[in-house]
Amino acid sequence: MRVYTTARTAFRALRRNPMRAMLTTLGIVIGVGAVIAMMEIGAGSSTALKKTIASMGANVLVIRPGTASSGGVSFGAGSTTTLTPEDSQAILRECPSISNATPMVRARVQVVYGNRNWVPNAIYGATPAYLDVQDWTILAQGEPFSDRDVLNGNRVCLVGQTIVRELFEGESPVSKEIRLKNIAFKVIGVLTPKGANMMGFDQDDVILAPWTTIKYRVTGASSSTSNQSTSSTSSDSVNTLSNLYPATQGGLYPEKASVQQADNPMPIRFENIDQIMAAAINSGEIANAIEQVGAVLRERHHLRPGEPDDFNIRDMAELTKTLSTTTTLMTNLLLAVAMISLVVGGVGIMNIMLVSVTERTREIGLRMAVGARGKDILRQFLVEAVVLCLTGGAMGIVLGHGGSLLVKLLLKWPVETSLTAIAAAVLVSAGVGIIFGFYPAWKASRLDPIEALRYE
Amino acid sequence: MDLITLRGIEKTYQMGDIAVPVLKGISLAIRQGELVALTGSSGSGKSTLMNILGCLDRPTAGEYWLDGQEISQLTTDERALLRNRKLGFVFQSFNLLARTSAIENVAMPLTYAAEDLNDREARERAAEMLVRVGLADRLDHHPAQLSGGQQQRVAIARALINHPPVLFADEPTGNLDSKTSEEVLQMFERLNTEDGITIIMVTHDPKVAGHAKRVIRMGDGVILEDAAPISATGGKA
Repeated sequence: MRVYTTARTAFRALRRNPMRAMLTTLGIVIGVGAVIAMMEIGAGSSTALKKTIASMGANVLVIRPGTASSGGVSFGAGSTTTLTPEDSQAILRECPSISNATPMVRARVQVVYGNRNWVPNAIYGATPAYLDVQDWTILAQGEPFSDRDVLNGNRVCLVGQTIVRELFEGESPVSKEIRLKNIAFKVIGVLTPKGANMMGFDQDDVILAPWTTIKYRVTGASSSTSNQSTSSTSSDSVNTLSNLYPATQGGLYPEKASVQQADNPMPIRFENIDQIMAAAINSGEIANAIEQVGAVLRERHHLRPGEPDDFNIRDMAELTKTLSTTTTLMTNLLLAVAMISLVVGGVGIMNIMLVSVTERTREIGLRMAVGARGKDILRQFLVEAVVLCLTGGAMGIVLGHGGSLLVKLLLKWPVETSLTAIAAAVLVSAGVGIIFGFYPAWKASRLDPIEALRYE
Repeated sequence: MDLITLRGIEKTYQMGDIAVPVLKGISLAIRQGELVALTGSSGSGKSTLMNILGCLDRPTAGEYWLDGQEISQLTTDERALLRNRKLGFVFQSFNLLARTSAIENVAMPLTYAAEDLNDREARERAAEMLVRVGLADRLDHHPAQLSGGQQQRVAIARALINHPPVLFADEPTGNLDSKTSEEVLQMFERLNTEDGITIIMVTHDPKVAGHAKRVIRMGDGVILEDAAPISATGGKA
């Protein structure tokens, strides 16, 4: 018997009792629908979750200058001045695994507004890319500074929520002027609240400005050599806004021994920065990104093979681990839910098929009497089950997809259409049809035609 | 030449530890073109004999020759093929597929036939059969829309679709009133005389048996009486 004939027979048999066929299909419709909806909603939630963890900085690489040492005394990480803004641009340009990078300088000075003052946890000088790297692009108010502001060293800044609370007492800080070490900065935007990071560091206690402004107008030195006590003396000096280096205290570099200086003369680079912050395109690319950044920096810094790095690259290993664990957990959870739904649907199909076999005992007997072999009957019932499952699968895909779209529209949940889930659902529904349809079909094929014909 | 030859057919059912003999050595011969009635009270073994003759069941002992082939030892699948090619069945309760048109009911055995007919050819052949049983205007009616007599005629058309040489009828008039019974029996007689189809009917009704050319009466697993025009029983045994 040809497959076409079998399929046609199956369709006719199903059409003869549309109500029963529909009820049978319902199990699979709901099963597959649940799978699709769960997969789509789950994938959306998973992505949202990943994004949330990523926004904590899981993809971020921090590149800091290496260690200077003098006479066996190490000055700790970041004590040399080997990184330049050009390094940052080169990293962004030459590393395919890096999505964005920003040079950064840090300062810790007093901020004054009206009769209030405050010393923020961090005053960062960066480029607008910083917001992208930190996934902080949406501002609470105002707008971010631009690359042009960075080029011109404009005195503009963004302030965090803690600054708003401490200095402005709730009024909008946008277009107000604050003073950092007597330099007036115009507040052009307010960052959204981010709360504390994993180490309890208040991330909202921050002021963000173009790195050129911070470096050349505010600190004039690397943060490792400046601190609050030395900079406080700046209030004594005359505030000359046009002065590029208004308060230069301390040397640009840590003091070097005269022998060392003679051995290793270093061209003075005034453009040195405290660190580079870069973002990998995703958490899986972090290892590649570290390798690429290392290669680019070694080449730019003319380091010979065997010579130690004059920089450190740090990733957020803990966060990355959390991210991958969460992703695996979500995937497994979704898989478990999908499997349970399909097994439930399959058992439903099996039950109705068993009922159908009992109900159609006489038909089976008749078919056998007119010449159907056991395997013909087996095939017919199997094809019926598969047809039911595939029809149910198709309807389930529509239902599940519709359901997840509805969730997206009504609840504003993140939803991701998953072609894999759809393909898997079709395959699995056919598989469920074969697996759970086999027992009833086998039972039907084993019927004795005499008994079957006599069955009431 | 004899179409059907039975030699010492026995059938014993095993009910737990007890063996229940139902047929106790049946020998008989039926020629091509005969119209035979198999009668007897209930429990006489006529239905069991019918099942063996119809290749639905296998005898415990004995030989069964059908159309020159010994078939008592055939496998289940071989017997299914044989039923499809050489035997037609008409049942007391018609056994039509519900919610299926007459023409599709008639064409159903073609699905299992060895010859590969396409849909159109199958429908043509089924329609031809229905015309032959006088249901030319009922091709697309469902069983529920047909009277008992019409349903039985659809069943006869279905039994004849593969042009079998033998037609088995198990109480064909059991569910019909006397007038339609008469019609069905006349159709059997016509098929027998005009087309030369061998017909074997099982019945307990003497009036139905009266239409047959030969009546075999059974009782307690043996043939009691074989009122055949030509005496065949004794000679063949």
